[in-house]
Amino acid sequence: MYELRGVTKRYTRGKETVQALDGVDLTIGDGDRLVIQGPTGGGKSTLLQMLGGLDQPTSGSVELDGTDLARLSEARLTKVRGENIGFVFQSFNLIPTLTAQENVETALVPLGVKGKERRERAAEALESVGLGERLGHLPAELSGGQQQRVAIARALVKRPKVLLADEPTGNLDESTRDEIMGVLDTLWKEHGLTFVMVTHDSTIARKAPRLATIRKGKITVKENVTS
Amino acid sequence: MFFTYLRRELRRRRKAALVVASGLALGIALVIVVNSVSSGMGKAQDKVLQSLYGLGTDMTVTKAAESPKSGDAQRPRFRFGARGSDSEEKQSSDRVMVQGFQTLANSTVAEVGAQKGVSDAVGGLSLQVIKISGEFKQGEFKRDQGGGGRTGMPGGAPQGRVEGGGADFDVNNYSVYGTDVTKSALGPLTSSKITSGRTFKTSETNAEVAVVDSAYAKKNKIEVGDTVTIKSVKFKVVGIATADSGDSAADLYVPLQQAQTLADAKNKVTTIYVKATDSQQIDSVKKTIQQNISGTTVTTSADLASTVSGSLSTASGLATNVGKWLSVAVLVAAFLVAGLLTSSAVSRRVREFGTLKALGWKSGRVTRQVIGEAMVNGLVGGALGIALGLAGAYAVTAISPTLQAEIGGGGGGFGGGPGGGGGGFGGPGRGAAKTLEVALTAPVGLTTIGLAVGLAVAGGLVAGGFGGWRASRLRPADALRRVE
Ligand SMILES: Nc1ncnc2c1ncn2[C@@H]1O[C@H](COP(=O)(O)OP(=O)(O)OP(=O)(O)O)[C@@H](O)[C@H]1O
Ligand SMILES: [Mg+2]
Repeated sequence: MYELRGVTKRYTRGKETVQALDGVDLTIGDGDRLVIQGPTGGGKSTLLQMLGGLDQPTSGSVELDGTDLARLSEARLTKVRGENIGFVFQSFNLIPTLTAQENVETALVPLGVKGKERRERAAEALESVGLGERLGHLPAELSGGQQQRVAIARALVKRPKVLLADEPTGNLDESTRDEIMGVLDTLWKEHGLTFVMVTHDSTIARKAPRLATIRKGKITVKENVTS
Repeated sequence: MFFTYLRRELRRRRKAALVVASGLALGIALVIVVNSVSSGMGKAQDKVLQSLYGLGTDMTVTKAAESPKSGDAQRPRFRFGARGSDSEEKQSSDRVMVQGFQTLANSTVAEVGAQKGVSDAVGGLSLQVIKISGEFKQGEFKRDQGGGGRTGMPGGAPQGRVEGGGADFDVNNYSVYGTDVTKSALGPLTSSKITSGRTFKTSETNAEVAVVDSAYAKKNKIEVGDTVTIKSVKFKVVGIATADSGDSAADLYVPLQQAQTLADAKNKVTTIYVKATDSQQIDSVKKTIQQNISGTTVTTSADLASTVSGSLSTASGLATNVGKWLSVAVLVAAFLVAGLLTSSAVSRRVREFGTLKALGWKSGRVTRQVIGEAMVNGLVGGALGIALGLAGAYAVTAISPTLQAEIGGGGGGFGGGPGGGGGGFGGPGRGAAKTLEVALTAPVGLTTIGLAVGLAVAGGLVAGGFGGWRASRLRPADALRRVE
């Protein structure tokens, strides 16, 4: 469970300072599904970085199960990411020279899983996203939707507590988008994950049970009664 | 994962890897060629010096130069009796001179041998023999004195009064070296191989035996068992010697005492050949000898090497200077290019490495991956470079261009003045300047290969250093960057 208090992030480049996040308070319970939307440049990706331990806030605290990520060293953060957090990116971010199976295996490397066990777990994860037949394919040999499935398998193969997705359907057409959303929702329910997703897609946002909107670094959260 | 990832990267980005590798290969190949050519130059130079000194000689001691008081006294003289006009009888006369006209006492050899740092010293006497043979006829007009006489002796002022008439004769000039037969390990004869017959026995200290240089023997049709006459002394030819470098130290070798008798130089030597106990201490031994034994000139092979000129020294200068700097420059350039290419490859893979870091890969693991790739590139470059370098060195050896070495030419301080007044060279039978031809080879030693492998590893590390440093500074947040 996440507890964010007064999270502020400022980027300084030369004399210019950009306030990407401005005193964000947010609580996300275990197994929650939070959708974040907002105008471009509002600070959505920045918030996701704070949640995922990819970057640290200028001030404020980001507690994950009682550990303040804002105070951890880079080495400790790396460990938290490797064990607890799965990422899905808009542009898939697969390693182009590795096969689908090897790409999924990269997520098990920090956990010290090796050899046969690693290969088997990767194959299982790919099967669960419907790509059991494409283990040996390179990213370039897969469609966008299939690549994103590989990325989802990679995010979930280590059975993380949290799944963070930054516009996971942003590069996909509508039918593929629904397909991927279907996969993500199924897995969220199966694994009992805490699932935070940034999206520009109003259809998805409308259906979300809990919707956060970030504008100029400030957050507003709305509980959706219709769903 | 390390090796899988490494293999995949190298296979699927073969072109980029090859660019880095071939840059390094070029630099490494150049180093091999320059290295092997300069060691070939060194060998050629050693060969030249060896032909002067013999094997194992570190320096020679000769009498210090002093200006000759009266040249006339040392000029060769020939006396021929004039015969009647009907006489057909051949006459011949040998004039035996000490090479350079400067001698040291026999005792100096022992004195030099006793100096600190001297392992062995042996004396030798170099002689020059001018043989005049021919017919001398009385002139028809007795009043004329030397009217039609052709006295073609070099530098000679014949004292013999030719009583007119004509003379028809040959001048034959050859060199004789009196060698210490008890010490065969040092001296000019060591740079020759006995190709027929035998060498001197240690007991033949005053025997009338001779070893003949193969070139001289061929020209004069001399074989083992023949006799050669010098100043009416008959020497039995016991062996034919062939000089390793193709250029012999003398035409004839005889026991030292015989040579001293021939030249009327009892207990005299022209040159002392010195072997030092430590070849690293030659300069200090030189100083010791010069200080303790006055009136001597000590010439080391380094002194001699500085008098070598001609295409050999030009080429060896090129190889050691230009070649070395060129290969250093190319190597530095290759290292830099490899480093920059690796670093820019990392920049193109920012999102890839950022993603791995986001997945929990430690910074060190990512860096290791980058360095690993660069190392393989370096090793591939090294292998290519060694192949290329070996091919280049092999080509040089196959073509084996001939180089000329001029020794002592242009008055490098050792030339010895005309007339032989100067200290002259250590070697017997040498004129002031001598041109030798040496074939250039490019031997590739194990150290050169070792150096190449070392450079390949270094190249890989430099490239990996650049790339790894870049990779270690990437932030995991870069994984979220949209543009690549
Ligand atoms: N590394 C950075 N350095 C400087 N400024 C940054 C950096 N990352 C983000 N910003 C700035 O912070 C603000 C918030 O950026 P962020 O990426 O979080 O927006 P976003 O809501 O994700 O937008 P989009 O919908 O376009 O992805 C922007 O003004 C952006 O320019
Ligand atoms: Mg964004």
